[in-house]
Formats: sequence, structure tokens, C-alpha cells
Amino acid sequence: MKVVILGGGPAGLYSAILLKKARPTADITVVERNPAGATYGWGVVFSDRTLAAFQEADHKTYTAITDSFVIWDAIDIHYRDVRVRCGGHVIAGIARKRLLSVLQERCAELGVTLRFDCDVRDLAELGAYDLLIGADGLNGLVRKTSEAQLGARVTVGAAKYIWLGTDKLLDCFTFLFRENEHGLFQVHAYPFSGDRSTFIVECAEEVWRKAGLDVADEAASIAYCERLFADELQGSRLLPNNSRWISFPTLKTARWHYQNVALLGDAIHTAHFSIGSGTKLAMEDAIALANALDQYPDIERALTEFELERRPAVEALQQAASESQTYFERIQRYLGLDPLKFAFQLLARSGRITYDDLRLRDPRFGELVDRWFASGSLKPLNGNGGRQEANTAPRDFPAVTPPPAFTPLRLASLDLANRIALLPEHGSESLDGSPDDNAIWTGARGPQGSGVGLLLTEPLAVAPEGLVTPDSQGAYTAAHAAAWRRSVEQSHATSTRVCAVLNHAGRRGATRPLRDARLDQPLREGAWPLLAPSPLAYSPASQTPRAMTEEDMTAAREAFVSAARLALDADFDLLLLHMAHGYLLASFLSPLANQRADGYGGALANRMRYPLGVFEALRAVWPVEKPLGVVLLADDCAPGGWTLDDAVAMAVALKARGCDLIQPLAGHTTPSAIPAYGRGFLTRASDRIRNEAGVATLVGGHLTTMNEINTVLAAGRADLCMLEPLREKRGDAWRLG
Amino acid sequence: MRIGVGLPSTLPSASGPLLLDWARRADASLFSSLAVLDRVVYDSFDPLLALAAVVGVTERIRLATNIVIGPLRATTLLAKEAASLHALSNGRLTLGLAVGARKEDYDALGVPYASRGRRFEEQLAELQSTWEKGGSAPPAPDTRGPTILLGGSSDQVFGRVARYADGYIHGGGPPRAFARMADKARAAWADVGRPGRPELWGQAYFALGDDAAIEAGRRYMREYYAFTGPFAERIASGLLTAPQSIVQTLRGYEDAGCDELVLFPTVADLMQIERLIEIVARLGGQPAPTFAQARTM
Repeated sequence: MKVVILGGGPAGLYSAILLKKARPTADITVVERNPAGATYGWGVVFSDRTLAAFQEADHKTYTAITDSFVIWDAIDIHYRDVRVRCGGHVIAGIARKRLLSVLQERCAELGVTLRFDCDVRDLAELGAYDLLIGADGLNGLVRKTSEAQLGARVTVGAAKYIWLGTDKLLDCFTFLFRENEHGLFQVHAYPFSGDRSTFIVECAEEVWRKAGLDVADEAASIAYCERLFADELQGSRLLPNNSRWISFPTLKTARWHYQNVALLGDAIHTAHFSIGSGTKLAMEDAIALANALDQYPDIERALTEFELERRPAVEALQQAASESQTYFERIQRYLGLDPLKFAFQLLARSGRITYDDLRLRDPRFGELVDRWFASGSLKPLNGNGGRQEANTAPRDFPAVTPPPAFTPLRLASLDLANRIALLPEHGSESLDGSPDDNAIWTGARGPQGSGVGLLLTEPLAVAPEGLVTPDSQGAYTAAHAAAWRRSVEQSHATSTRVCAVLNHAGRRGATRPLRDARLDQPLREGAWPLLAPSPLAYSPASQTPRAMTEEDMTAAREAFVSAARLALDADFDLLLLHMAHGYLLASFLSPLANQRADGYGGALANRMRYPLGVFEALRAVWPVEKPLGVVLLADDCAPGGWTLDDAVAMAVALKARGCDLIQPLAGHTTPSAIPAYGRGFLTRASDRIRNEAGVATLVGGHLTTMNEINTVLAAGRADLCMLEPLREKRGDAWRLG
Repeated sequence: MRIGVGLPSTLPSASGPLLLDWARRADASLFSSLAVLDRVVYDSFDPLLALAAVVGVTERIRLATNIVIGPLRATTLLAKEAASLHALSNGRLTLGLAVGARKEDYDALGVPYASRGRRFEEQLAELQSTWEKGGSAPPAPDTRGPTILLGGSSDQVFGRVARYADGYIHGGGPPRAFARMADKARAAWADVGRPGRPELWGQAYFALGDDAAIEAGRRYMREYYAFTGPFAERIASGLLTAPQSIVQTLRGYEDAGCDELVLFPTVADLMQIERLIEIVARLGGQPAPTFAQARTM
């Protein structure tokens, strides 16, 4: 068997080793463009799991690699003159140069032919082979030659980074964050040998330009970074290695092989450096490929198996890398967080590490997060320049604290016992909008509802024409007022506080109750005329609404105001104004539903005008001690629609008008505006609104466990979470028939 | 969790009489449902016609399509056929629908493939109103018409489940894959405020017996899923061939919150359902109630 491997990096060399071991008689050649010993890049890192895979794949290289390792288990985060340390993340670093020489020696020992200084320009130069492995990197010849078969797609990151070394002695993986007059810079640094560390500097492109780094050469760039991080470097130097500023290219390919050609590592997939996985992925690819070739004698079959086996793992890691990359690209918005929350968010950025994971890895850190959170985490840290160790708890920390979910929250003058909110289970009966006495307690009664900090009503219609269905609950008659008063009184006997959600159905009104029909099915009889910003039916089956006149708008606003008075009279603790899910106020926001030509349609500011006016009117009657918030359309999830950027702008405008809380919801502006559902599908929206507009958020989005809720809260991605308890009965015996 | 069984209507060697015998056996045994698959360009029975025949030889068992490719069929006709089956079976139909995954089925019927998603969405909206308006369907045995389940795995599917359907049918795979999709369906359901929870169905393939039977099952799966290219082998390797793997799969799906798991045959032989009945009976299942009993439960 003749195997040609193009590219003498870790992927190529490791494949050669594993293939040669399994087939000592095979003719295996590695062809490398550069001379032996030439390498760029500094160190690479591996997790303990990857090391275990190496151990199993080839014990000799494993031993040689681990002999050269620097191992650490902590991550340090330097931020605003505070150092936060979190342990339990076992990572090993090695010089890339050392790794390559270990692999080259092992290749030589096994009888692999290594050809350096051999620049192949055309695959035809390689002659005949049974198997060609393209391990020749991001812009490698193998992929370039077969671009069409492989379907490659490259996206380039928004940030700029430079890969440097340093002789500063570091004892673990270190993140540094520093702001100067040009903006924010962050460093990803880690030791890889007795006296050297990798030191990657990253910043936003505009910061990079402002700092003049776009025209700086290597020496000038190093000088700039040395000045910037002088405090951290303490006289140590930054070292060049043919370094330049680039934007990270993420490569994804639809296929990883064709005929008898397989590609590995950077030649088919890249993952942002911030999760340090490039070399790990490349070498794991080599293991998977060798295993597949062992298992299946037929090469094409083996390559198919390799791809099937490996792709899910690589794609999951690319997903995590992309979350991490986005996090660093948007890191500016987290600079308001205090150091511990900042650190928690940094550690949990890729979605792979949760609150429970961190507690397991470093119980002391976990406890610190709890105590920090509980000690009133929203107050800003005083940046007096003094070096402060955040891992030593300040004196004013409480001694014993609950996890974030069970920490109290103050909104305006309202104190909530914990940060868990619950929507009542649907199914309450009402007639003509009248809640029965148990309306909001259907969900509160029984073990599921007890103990939550906040209980929300379903969206309450502010007027009969604003009912979604005839049995929707309302807040517009004296009977409603009396029923709600009794309901709220019941809850005030417990520690649970209650929130009224005020709504006008707009063009989604006059539909059949969900108990008897599916969503948005128009009433067969007794439908009332609908109102909307524009005369556009919600769905082909829906009634066409009337475009609202100024008078209609005034009347609807007044209906909201009287409903707010009714809610106040009923002694609700919190009021939320519904501007999502395609109801009336959301219809004004979205260009998909609002096509008005007057001052309430067209530009973003115009579309925001009426909903903001309603909010202002409520703020005028709802006392400042009681929080007033908005259920906000976060994203239409449809082409040409309202975007999360628009939602952030709206949140800023609402905050300026005294909004205390925002609950993001997505989609349903039209029937085909559908969010990408999954666990925590609204967390990203909540994060951006909270951290860019600076408004407290309540987030749902199918959070079903305390771990998910604690992770969201501790990372500062929301202030309150809606719990969705799973409703199925598990563990029943199999029921047949 | 309930357990259903597939009708061998896509097994190229299955005869009409075998299908009916299989259906009688399923009806007389423990299974909750009898389900069919849909393919046009394949040596298989039409799913709705096969179920119509099954109606005549069964009394209590639920009849399910896992799934029927909706956009291939004119909506009014599909609504009429489904309503007919539902009425003939006295309310036993569960209608699973999806857009399908094979372009050749669309090409064969001259239905545009590119716009299938939009067409499907319109169809879902129309189905319900067609049944309710009346005028093109027999009188319904119940007020809501057949239960509708949707299949597929794109992001759009889950919103459609919450908006137009009663639940979700997963296309097969390990319980973990089912659990991920089930989460999406639940998230969508809660998001739109539907009461209760979505009905969640899974499916798996089995071949029981000697090596020859198992190899025949694998061969069929490779052939049936040849359109998935390199995945066919993978799918075939998921075939359940031992009592232990069937029990593990049942347990895994149940833990993931599955309401009904349908086990599809891959070998056209009555012995297959006999062997499956034997395994399921050993799980301690109760004898199946009659349909009349089931309706009052």
C-alpha cells in the first residue's frame, strides 16, 4: 500500500505514525514544503481527554510528548486590576517545535519517508498512490485542487489578532484584558515550556486601526503590545515569530474525502484559537482516520466511516469555537460586569461549561460565585488601581449563600425572594375575559408553583377587542378588577409576587381557544373586527384587520392605561407591557406587519413611536416604586424583519423612559416567522439586551433545570429566569395497546 | 410509553395478503399502533391505500402514517383521504406529515421541490379548515379530526408543530438524537402557549431471527436509505437485531420522554412480528384492550 501525505504538521506526521504502525510494510511518505525544523507558532495545548486518546493511539509518542509537557489546571483572568482564578481545568502545553520533532523522530523510527523542502505545485507530481492524505493546512493544495467536490466555505472573524511569544513566566492559562485610549485589548496566554509562553493579542478591527496597528510592522506591533501590557509583563519581553495581524478564518467543508483522497485538520476545518483546539482536532482526526482504515479494508468505505465518525465531534467543537469567537468579538458589552461575573461568563462562553461543571471543577470558585452573586453583584467595582485578589472574599461577603437562582432580586422597590419566575399552566376557564378566582394559581397551586419568586399572568386583554380568544383573561371590567384583587391577595399571603402582563391581540385576535383548536384559527362565529397598524391579515385564513386611525390609537392607549390602573388597584407587584409574538404593539415594531406611510411606519424610530408612547402613558400612572417592564420582540427570525439590533435600540429607548425589566420573545410576527428552538433559545437575546442596553432581563426559552438557570444568572445573561418544568411523566411502565 | 409496530408496506417482497395478515396479528396483540412509511419512486404500497385495507381487518389498533409526504398531494384530496380513513376506522387515524427528503419523488409527480416548505405550510393551514368547513369530507367521528404529527429536523419544523399539529415524529436514531429534537418541540410548544405538551413519537427498525434474517434486514435498510449516500450504512448499523437491543432502545426512548415508539420491520415475514410480540410480552405488557375499551379509557 502506498500512502502519500501532503503536509508535515502534526496531522500529517501523526497519521503517518499511526498508519505505519498498523501496516509496517506500507510505503508511507510525508511531503513537506518547509525545511525540517522550520516552524512558526509557539505552543499548542491539549486537554486531559485528548491526552488519553494519544495514550491509546501510540504510547511512544504519548510518553515523549508528556515528557515535554507543562501541565496546569487553573485559568487566570486579569480584569480591571483584579485577578480571578478558577481551577480544575487540566490542560497541557507543549512547544509546537518540540511536538513536531517528537513526531518526526517517531516517523523516522518506524520507517516513514519524510521529504522536506519539497514544494508540490500540482498533485500530478506525486505519482501513483493508494491513498492521498491532505494535511496541508488552511490553504493547502489538496483542497484547492478539489474545491468543487469538497464544498468549502470560509468566514472571516471580525477581530484582529497577532500570535506572539513571551519569556514572561506564567503558571497557568491566562487571560488579560486592558483598555487604553484606543480601546480594549485581550490576551490569551499560556506556558508551553520551562521559560516560554504563547501570547496572543486580540482586539476589534476599529481599535486596531485607531492604534495604528494596521500600518505597524512586526517590531512596532511588539513595541506597542509591550507598552500596553507593561504591568503584566513586568519587564519580560514579547517575542516575534514571523508574526502579523490577521483575522481568524473559519473553514467548514461539506465533504472531507473523495475517491481515495482524505483531508485532515486545518485543511478541512478550523476552530477559533480561543478554545485552543486546532492541533487537538488535527491529531484526533489522524486517530479516527487510522482507526477507520484498520476497520475497513476498502479505502473509500473507510474514508466514509472516518467522516461519519469524526464530523459530529468536529462540528460540535466548531460550534463551541464560534460561540467563543462571538463572545470575544462582543466582549466590550460585558465590561460593566464585576470581575467574578465577568470571569464566570468567560469560562462559560462556549456553552460547554455550566454552573454545575464549574462547581465540580473548583468548589471554592463555585462558592465564591454564589457569594459574590448574593452580595449584591450589580454594584460596580471600584477601580482604584489597587491590585485586588478576587479569590479572597472581601469582608462584606455573606458567609453562607444560596446558588444564584435562589438569591433575592430587587427591581425598583420590589423585592423578589428568588430569581425563578413561572407562567401559570394554561387551562384556566374564563368567560368574557373574566378570570376565575384561581386564574393565576392554576400553576401556583401544588408543588410545581410553590416557592417561585414571581408568578406571571397570561397576557391580559386591555379591551374586549384585544382578546386573543373569547376565553382569554382580561383586565377591563369591574368584575375583572374584583377577581384579580382576590387572586393577588391570595398570593400576597405567600412569598410569591405577582406580575400582570397587559396585552392587545391586534391582528391575532378573535381566534378559537387553544383547548379546542390549533393556533390562530379564526372564530367561526362571534368574531369582532380586528385592529392593526396596517390592513394585513395575519394568515390567509385570518380576518383582515382595519388599519388603526389616530383615534383608534388613542383609544387603545387609554385602554392600556385603564388596565394598568385596574392592575394597580388589584395590587399587582409588577406590570409587563406585551410587545411581542405578533400582537398589537409588536405589529407596530415589525416592518413585516407595519407598512404605514405616516409617522408610525417606515423608519425604525417611527415604528417604535406608538409602542413607546403607550409605555410612557403607563409609566405616568404606574408608581415608580413598582417595576414596569416590557415583553419585547427580540427578533422576527424572518428575512426583512425586526432584528436583535433593533430590539437593543428599543431597549435603550425604553430604559430612557423608566423601563425596569425586559422579557425577550422571538418570532410569530407572521405564521412563518419561527425561531430556531432549543434549550435556552432566548438567552442570547437576553444577554445582548441586558448587557448592551443595561436593562434587567427576565428570560425563558425552555430553561428546564436549575443548572441552566444558575448558569444564565451567574454569567450575567439575565436577572430572572422563567422555569419550564418538564411535564411528562417519566419512568412509567411501558404501556401497550 | 406506548409501543407501535410498522406495517411491512415498503418491503419490496411483501405481498398484499401478508400485509393484511400482519395487520390482523398486530391488532390482536399488544401494539398500540400500526404505521406506514411513504415513498413514491420505490416498490412499495401507497400508505393511505394500505391503511384503508387495514381498516377492514382491524378493530382497535391506531393507524398512523410515519409520515406521508404532504406537498406531493393536492391538499383537498389529502384532506378527503385522511378524513375518509379517519371515518372508516372510527377515529383511529394519526396523520404524520412531512416534506420528505427525496427530490426524485417530487420530480416523478412534477411537483416543484424547491418550494416544498412554503407549500407544506400552506397545506397545514388548509387541512384543518378543509375539515372544518365541510363540503368535501365524510362526517368526522370526532370533533377535532385526526391527530396530526409532523416529521423533519429543520428549524422550521418545530414552530410548525406548535402552530399546526399535535406533536412530532422523529425519523430514527439513538435516543440521544430523539431527545434533542424532543426538546425543540417542547420549547416551541411552550413558546406559543399551547396547553399540555406535544405528543412525541419515535421510530426504529428491527430484524429478529437467524443471521440470514438479520442480513436480509440490513440489506433492505441499505437499499431503502441508499438516497442518503454514505449514511445508509450508518443507518443500517442501527438495526435492532437482539432482544436486548430492543429493550435498551425502548428504555432509552422512554427516558427521553417518548410517547410512542414504532418498531418497523425490515424482513417481510410474519415470524418477525411473532418474535417481536414475544419480546414485548416479556416486558410485562398488558394484553391490549379492545378498541371500544381504549376509546373509553
